[in-house]
Amino acid sequence: MYLRNALCAASALAVIATGAVQAETTVTIATVNNGDMIRMQGLADDFTAQHPDIKLEWVTLEENVLRQRVTQDIASKGGQFDVMTIGTYEVPIWAKNDWLVSLNDMPEAWDADDILPAIRGGLTVDGTLYAAPFYGESSMVMYRKDLMEKAGLEMPEAPTWEFIKEAAAGMTDKDGEIYGICLRGKAGWGENMAFLTAMSNSFGAKWFDEEWTAQFDSEAWKNTLTFYMDLMTNYGPPGASTNGFNENLSLFQQGKCGMWIDATVAASFVTNPNDSTVADQVGFALAPDNGLGKRGNWLWAWTLAVPAGSDATEEAKTFIEWATSKGYTELVASKEGWANVPPGTRTSLYENQAYLDAAPFAAMTLNSINAADPTQPTVDPVPYTGVQFVAIPEFAGIGTQVGQEFSAALAGQQTVDEALAKAQALTTDEMEAAGY
Amino acid sequence: MARSVTPQRKAFNTAAAWAVGLLIFFPILWTILTSFKTEAQAINDPPLFFFFDWTLENYAVVQERSDYMRFLWNSIAIAGGSTLLGILVAIPAAWSMAFVPSNRTKDILLWMLSTKMLPAVGVLYPIYLIFIRLGILDTRSGLIVVLMLCNLPIIVWMLYTYFKEIPGEILEAARMDGATLKEEILYVLTPMAIPGIASTLLLNVILAWNEAFWTLNLTAAKAAPLTAFIASYSSPEGLFYAKLSAASTMAIAPILILGWFSQKQLVRGLTFGAVK
Repeated sequence: MYLRNALCAASALAVIATGAVQAETTVTIATVNNGDMIRMQGLADDFTAQHPDIKLEWVTLEENVLRQRVTQDIASKGGQFDVMTIGTYEVPIWAKNDWLVSLNDMPEAWDADDILPAIRGGLTVDGTLYAAPFYGESSMVMYRKDLMEKAGLEMPEAPTWEFIKEAAAGMTDKDGEIYGICLRGKAGWGENMAFLTAMSNSFGAKWFDEEWTAQFDSEAWKNTLTFYMDLMTNYGPPGASTNGFNENLSLFQQGKCGMWIDATVAASFVTNPNDSTVADQVGFALAPDNGLGKRGNWLWAWTLAVPAGSDATEEAKTFIEWATSKGYTELVASKEGWANVPPGTRTSLYENQAYLDAAPFAAMTLNSINAADPTQPTVDPVPYTGVQFVAIPEFAGIGTQVGQEFSAALAGQQTVDEALAKAQALTTDEMEAAGY
Repeated sequence: MARSVTPQRKAFNTAAAWAVGLLIFFPILWTILTSFKTEAQAINDPPLFFFFDWTLENYAVVQERSDYMRFLWNSIAIAGGSTLLGILVAIPAAWSMAFVPSNRTKDILLWMLSTKMLPAVGVLYPIYLIFIRLGILDTRSGLIVVLMLCNLPIIVWMLYTYFKEIPGEILEAARMDGATLKEEILYVLTPMAIPGIASTLLLNVILAWNEAFWTLNLTAAKAAPLTAFIASYSSPEGLFYAKLSAASTMAIAPILILGWFSQKQLVRGLTFGAVK
């Protein structure tokens, strides 16, 4: 009798234990390696403490590898990931392919209306929100206040391209290895073309007209590229055609750049005294314009989305709700300080005095994000959305090829006219092949 | 008569050999040095060689952030498994080509090698789809098979070259003594070829350990080896070179130690048959 009871109790315990194990759902998250994402991994214990039935698995990859892996997985319905970190370029394209799960049913407390309108607009397709922004960024001018003062100039809050050129000339001291301006030159749709496409918007240029005809033969593109070449050749660092974000960050932190126009996320790096030799001398300004109504800044957000092939959709949404909530922001602030919270996604963050006090670049980041309009990125009307990209699947390939031509021109291997002619020809061919 | 070598000539040769050796080893040395720097020191201009404040902080961060042992175990299983499976398939293949050649043996050998000339990305999508269908995406067994197939031509070639050096008369004698085919391969050929098999094994463990295309594309969270561990520290938006170097050093350390202790066998295997 005693033995039978013991066996029954043991069986019941085993059933309960098995049930508990079976109830645990694994959510696999594909993410990129950057400071904010790594911080999120470090704080994930808070999520699992709240949701012991959900186990998190992380796959961290370099941005370009991640992009290829998640595209491959979602296109073939591999189902390897339940949460994907994707950018504002992928969201509208993937949403139109029915590859993403709608996030319209997120709880009210998550407060979708609090997301910055510019960011939310880029993640919404036909009224449906398909991704939740984890952090957002624009681009702006970061400059050395001491060098600006030495040149006898004062940076306005919203400079023009002509002023940037004048300031670059005034700050350049090639013998002292100080270059007036550092800009991206490395080929790639997310490298030099992100900068040049955003810059071209402020020069009145566009990738395509309303009939999807390539526009590299326009005067506006010639002005854009000529101005860029002039700046970089006269006032830029040597070997700029291979410089991307990291290379320019390194140059700026070592005090070799007078100005650097790049992602707002760089502000926290260049003002960090542990890494930057010029941390206390950095000022910020809006990206330049030419008085045409558009500034040369971009708009980007890393977002979390649920692929349609996931078998843990609800659990994935639960995780996204936690990671992109106001509560998460407060969690980061309590553990690592307000300066380290992911920026550029929520209006409430920019109304928080504690954040504004801790992050001197906060106001400029918000102004830069608000200055970009992904739905009307150019001076003239265009048939596409996206500020520094064209939200069509073909753009990644075309953008990289055009970027290679422009990078070759910067390296002195061809002229501006030759680079633009090749860009026009290859874009026309690719678009015709794609059926536009 | 041996050629006489003057002391000056010998010293020059030694110095030249060291210079070439150091040149080849320099990227690894630089990675190891960078792993002990702070991120600011890692990008310092001019570069800092030995005189900087050495720190173990990067290793601590990497240990805290990643489950190194899980990646390490996956690497051991995938590299070891694919090599052993490859050896099992390649020994009979190399035996038949070395001792029972046909008119087409040379063509077959060249054809096998020609598969190495195809860029791996050319067959990525078909293999990815096959993996999905078979349900072996992100599994060690799937990767063992793929890496075995990738390295099989090299294993067969190496074993074939080695077997060719073994006199066929010895195998004939074994046959005369009544040995079956299995006994001939297992008890006569294999023991004689142990040094060659060992060097083939070592070289293929290294190749499989360092393979980064398939291991990155066919794994996610469960079967990811050390190549994925390194990739997780690469970032185009942020200077994390010191941490990336620490992760790289941790990833190459086991294979570097293995290579160090087995360098004699490796060199012997790689140069075997070069001078007759």
